[in-house]
Amino acid sequence: MSLNATRPNLLAAPGVAWLVAFMVVPCLLVLSYAFFQRGVWGGVEYTVTLENFARVADPLYAKIFLNSARIALTATVIAILIAYPAAYAISRAPRMSQPILLFFAVLPFWSNYLIRTYAWIVLLNREGLINNLLRSLGYTGEPLSMLYTESAVITGLVYNYLPFVILAIYSTLSRLNPELMEASRDLGAGPVRTFLRVTLPLTLPGVAAGGVFVFVLSIGNFVTPALLGGGRFQMVGNLVYDQFLTANDWPFGAALGAALILTMIVLLLLQARATAHASGERKGEAAQ
Amino acid sequence: MTVKNRLTATCAAAALAAACLAAGTASAADLVISNWAGYMAPDIADTFKAATGLEIEVVNHATNEEVMGKLMASGGKGYDVVFVSSPFAEILNGQGLAEPIDKAAVPNLANLYPEAATLAYDPGNTFSVPYTWGTTGLCYRSDLVKDTPDSWLNLLQPADAIKGKTTMLATDRWLMAAGELAKGFSVNEKDPAKLEEVKNLLIEAKKTLLAYDDTTFYSKLVSGEASLVHAWDGWCNYGITENKDIKFVVPKEGSDLWIDTIVVLKSSEKKDAAMKFINFILDAKNHAWAAQNILYKVPNKAAMESLDKALSEQYPNMAMAPADLVKYELLRDLGTAQKDYSRIVSEIKAAN
Repeated sequence: MSLNATRPNLLAAPGVAWLVAFMVVPCLLVLSYAFFQRGVWGGVEYTVTLENFARVADPLYAKIFLNSARIALTATVIAILIAYPAAYAISRAPRMSQPILLFFAVLPFWSNYLIRTYAWIVLLNREGLINNLLRSLGYTGEPLSMLYTESAVITGLVYNYLPFVILAIYSTLSRLNPELMEASRDLGAGPVRTFLRVTLPLTLPGVAAGGVFVFVLSIGNFVTPALLGGGRFQMVGNLVYDQFLTANDWPFGAALGAALILTMIVLLLLQARATAHASGERKGEAAQ
Repeated sequence: MTVKNRLTATCAAAALAAACLAAGTASAADLVISNWAGYMAPDIADTFKAATGLEIEVVNHATNEEVMGKLMASGGKGYDVVFVSSPFAEILNGQGLAEPIDKAAVPNLANLYPEAATLAYDPGNTFSVPYTWGTTGLCYRSDLVKDTPDSWLNLLQPADAIKGKTTMLATDRWLMAAGELAKGFSVNEKDPAKLEEVKNLLIEAKKTLLAYDDTTFYSKLVSGEASLVHAWDGWCNYGITENKDIKFVVPKEGSDLWIDTIVVLKSSEKKDAAMKFINFILDAKNHAWAAQNILYKVPNKAAMESLDKALSEQYPNMAMAPADLVKYELLRDLGTAQKDYSRIVSEIKAAN
């Protein structure tokens, strides 16, 4: 074996070892729990059963799954609608200022997720900043109930994951060959048509990558629904958390977790295929 | 380096790593105690060491279920003493994980009220010692709620003026207890038909709630976000500290009687030290710390009698007599019915 062939393997070894030790092994452990029975007092009884997977399909839990998917999808769509124009604006800004604008886009990540979420509580609650501001502007009615609603949960999810989408879309926009747009204009297409027929299709892989990111992170999230939903909105993440920490039903929690991970893997594979497909098409076009 | 040498070196490194890991888990302290954060005097390690010469290491758990999960997984190993609520002490005993209390080594048991030595889950304090006890009721802003609340239905079917301004505890036993007490059922009800009624009542109640809240409900009262909340008496006291218009009431249908206990684990290798620790806690002065600082009633007669009268004037529920307290129904371990409670609570939380 030549030195050149072994070196990449060696370089990848620490990363691979980390992934196997802290990602693959724990996931397999969780998955294996799902095949056993719960102990009445918590823990696991090593009797093999498929009952936990049957329970995941129970209408009650399936409803929670679907509801989480709906909330996550809403957050995804809103995040894309906000992020696309922002990423477009950044990619059209002068070259010099783009890194600064991107810096501002990711600035929220400099503070802790929980603190950012608590900030929303301070803003939205009935005695919070927004209601106090309204009052000082002369509003005299009942304070607005904005916190502990589904909208608050969605707002929190969009806010927290928006930077990922901006970055993902920006990366495809910035790599776009400007000559393609020029060609489109030269051939008589207006700006709207150029955007819809050239820019948007070519940047869809970025939209898909950002979108899948938000969806996957949102559907499994349990902190935001707990804090901004006031425990009134149960998402899959909360259900899994409850099985491990309050109901002490580890096997069922593991089965739910496995179902969640499976959903995520399928989505990520679909997204990877879509991206490969898009870049394959582009290569094909270039060859012609 | 020969192959053999390299192998030896690898093995040595691996053995060293394993040894380090093992050393990391073994504690230097004489006793490992798991308790809720802030539930004991912060300087307890120092005062206990001064009194007995023994080192303790305090670890925190956030919930009963969390520490129970760990104890069940390890058969109790890794801990000497744990603080858990009474139904969980019952489970530990049922599973053979609780060490009998050595009465001779804990003379301060004599400080307990007689009522605290005859509790149904453990008459005679054979495997557990009560640390704090109290009720669950309604905590409210007397300046924001028109009529003085006196029923669980004031919370579950609130007047229009306080709709959207109430919170409930989300922990399954207490969430269920509110509905069970309102219906006149036992707080340990197992009959599926009755539990179905409770579930429907609680789903209707959910529509009128601001939030489920186990940790910050009293600050929601202080800020005025909420007007009436489902609360443990001691936690309502934290609200009273900040606003004297906040009041606590046990509804006319009654309350549960909850008890947090201290249990020594059978797997402990330091049982003598563990008994010394329990005796130390039951000392009137040490046990009074809990009453003065966490504002929970403690089942220790000597400790309660040592309290400043001003404390029960400011927090009237601190003055509840043990004889009145023990009239309420104890939360008991539900056994296999716990699964039904978990499911019902999931259904309530998933309902729209």
